[in-house]
Amino acid sequence: MAKRKKKINLTIDDSKIQVNEGTTILEAAEQLGIRIPRLCYHPDLSLAGACRVCVVEVKGMNYYLAACSTPVWEGMEVRTNSPEIRQARRDIVELLLDNHPMDCQTCERDGRCELQNLAYAMGVRARHFEGRRKRFPIELSSHAVVRDSEKCVLCGRCVRVCAEIQGVHNLSQHGRGFHTIVAPAHFADMDDSACIQCGQCINVCPTAAFTEKRGAGPVWEALADPSKHVVVQTAPSIRAAIGEGFGLPPGTPATGQMITALRRLGFDRVFDTDLGADLTIVEEAHELLTRLEDDGPLPMITSCSPGWINFLEKFYPELIPHASTCRSPMMMLSVLTKTYYAERSGIEPKNIFMTAVMPCVAKKYEARRPEHLMPDGAPYTDAVLTTRELIWMIKCYGIDFVDLPAGEFDAPLGIASGAGDIFGTTGGVMEATLRAASELITGKPADRLEYLEVRAVEGYRETYVAVGEHNLHVAVANGLTNAKILLDKIKSGKERFHVIEIMACPGGCVGGGGQPYPPEGVKVLDPDLLRRRASALYAIDGGKQLRKSYENPAIEEIYSSFLGSPGSPKAVELLHTHYQAKLPRGIR
Amino acid sequence: MSTCTDNWPSVEAAAKEVLGEEIAGFIEHCRALPHPESNLIAVLHRVQAKFGYLGTAHLDAIAQLMQIPAAKVSGVASFYHFFRLKPRGKFMINVCLGTACYVKGADRIAQKIIEELGISWGETSKDGVFTLEGARCLGTCGLAPVVMIDQEIHGQLTPDQVPALLEKYLKKARESST
Repeated sequence: MAKRKKKINLTIDDSKIQVNEGTTILEAAEQLGIRIPRLCYHPDLSLAGACRVCVVEVKGMNYYLAACSTPVWEGMEVRTNSPEIRQARRDIVELLLDNHPMDCQTCERDGRCELQNLAYAMGVRARHFEGRRKRFPIELSSHAVVRDSEKCVLCGRCVRVCAEIQGVHNLSQHGRGFHTIVAPAHFADMDDSACIQCGQCINVCPTAAFTEKRGAGPVWEALADPSKHVVVQTAPSIRAAIGEGFGLPPGTPATGQMITALRRLGFDRVFDTDLGADLTIVEEAHELLTRLEDDGPLPMITSCSPGWINFLEKFYPELIPHASTCRSPMMMLSVLTKTYYAERSGIEPKNIFMTAVMPCVAKKYEARRPEHLMPDGAPYTDAVLTTRELIWMIKCYGIDFVDLPAGEFDAPLGIASGAGDIFGTTGGVMEATLRAASELITGKPADRLEYLEVRAVEGYRETYVAVGEHNLHVAVANGLTNAKILLDKIKSGKERFHVIEIMACPGGCVGGGGQPYPPEGVKVLDPDLLRRRASALYAIDGGKQLRKSYENPAIEEIYSSFLGSPGSPKAVELLHTHYQAKLPRGIR
Repeated sequence: MSTCTDNWPSVEAAAKEVLGEEIAGFIEHCRALPHPESNLIAVLHRVQAKFGYLGTAHLDAIAQLMQIPAAKVSGVASFYHFFRLKPRGKFMINVCLGTACYVKGADRIAQKIIEELGISWGETSKDGVFTLEGARCLGTCGLAPVVMIDQEIHGQLTPDQVPALLEKYLKKARESST
């Protein structure tokens, strides 16, 4: 039995409350419905106490205390509001602004910036100090993540998310005082660092010190170029989150509106990454079966998440043989578009402009990997946009998203099963694999479609699933700190797993580094927000007739008329790839 | 430690090559202690004492041997003024910028040195002879304005004495290298 925690009595703004020992003032106040303003604080990260925005008065203390990092004590009398404390908070925020560019209107984060919202809420209406500002160049080395240190308020959330949630430890505050800068080791560029390009630093940054590398320019150009056949594909998790950008509640599926919006933007074909996911499943299930039969490297680990693949190459290169050789769904669909579809439609691949809308910034990096270029050196995926960028493009074009009529994906590369939809959330690839593997292994129609035991995984889960005569030991992890637990278990060799799904981002793609910034009042990485996005995908899957990748008629057609069979030489050439150990080698 | 990275033997050998056996041995000793990472600053001190500065190769080797993320190691090294991230020159020039020296024209002395050597604060001259630093007070205000070169004090300086002073050390540097 867990040891009962000692109770502490205290008063906050004249209200009495009893809380567990160890509770902070900020948490105790929340229980009373008092939301103390905060900036550097995040409930899923360690405490920093860096910004001092959450200061409160405590009776008997002759200085203000940071509510986020001060545990309560017996008989404590806290005041969260008084003219003095409000003035102090306003001054603190004003001083933060004084060392911050005044370019809100042209900033990527305009309207969704926590510093901006905070300044308004604290009542900063005038600027009293004109001081020196820190000056740093914008760092554009990476295909995925842009670092603009002039906008940094040194809250340290990016440092903490990178270390604590992702286990990458790529960022640290360097230098001191006025010259402090958040940077990878040796002030290096992101491209020359242990960065895995997952983009969680972008998600947690309260300002725009981290943003995605912009990708819309070439897409606008291609859309305006009559000689280009502009194709777009959207990842499963886009439909579950895009509505948030237009004021729809989180978890509202918006597939139909999204497709219509893409058509109005001028895309010639709207394909579904879900078909790529279906194809991934067919190839991956085949690969798993081969590995089970031939004693190949087990467990097999999924390879859809490019952030995870980067992590594998830099942190656990000895486990590369365990990664499935399947390209990601995005890459499979791009390859098919520039081979199969190009052949069928009689359009030259060089005239096809392939745009991928992804919840992910690591996909921007993945699209430029040499493994994923065509034989002539041109990329299979010409441009990758994040969900946020697509939302912006739709707004820029003047499309009233919410009231759009529902559209449908184009055949043949827009036909997908529900198994493809659930790729967008943690446990989804595992469930889709199990749906396929059970038929492949037993040779009989699957007796069940839903594997609830691998759904809604908060971080890490392992379980056994009976498939035919195999009792498969499977595990799912999201967030790379959780993945490390699994990877170390594999390395220790004490437990034998068969299949492992790893997603770099918390909650899987629904929590990706390219997803919409949450609405005000909802914190980023909020498990409830991620669950709501995931439930939209499960609802889409549950509402489909077609729920197994193998039964997708488009997949059957692609194999019968183009690829041959799963694992055929042509399928291997087009749909599989290999990974290599990379430097700098990260420290686990 | 052998499980911490896939290529530990080569990582360890490369790090030892960079840092030398003595420091590698000290790190090994630290690793046996509780909270080995808390010895990072002690290790940085030893490395700087041996090499005169903390280069990226040194910091990476420390990170690997101690298994502390490189960003953390370079973050700590860049925080403290004492640690130098660039090679220092043969002679360290410390211009006192304390109140007394400042009043007596330390800024003009410093300006002359900067012009003569073509370097700024914290930098090392191209020939690797001088590194220029500012000190807050050397405690010899009676001699203001004061410049300390390595351990030698030069008091009551005027800007026009600076070239001859630097030449004296340049000569020393030339002699010791031949």
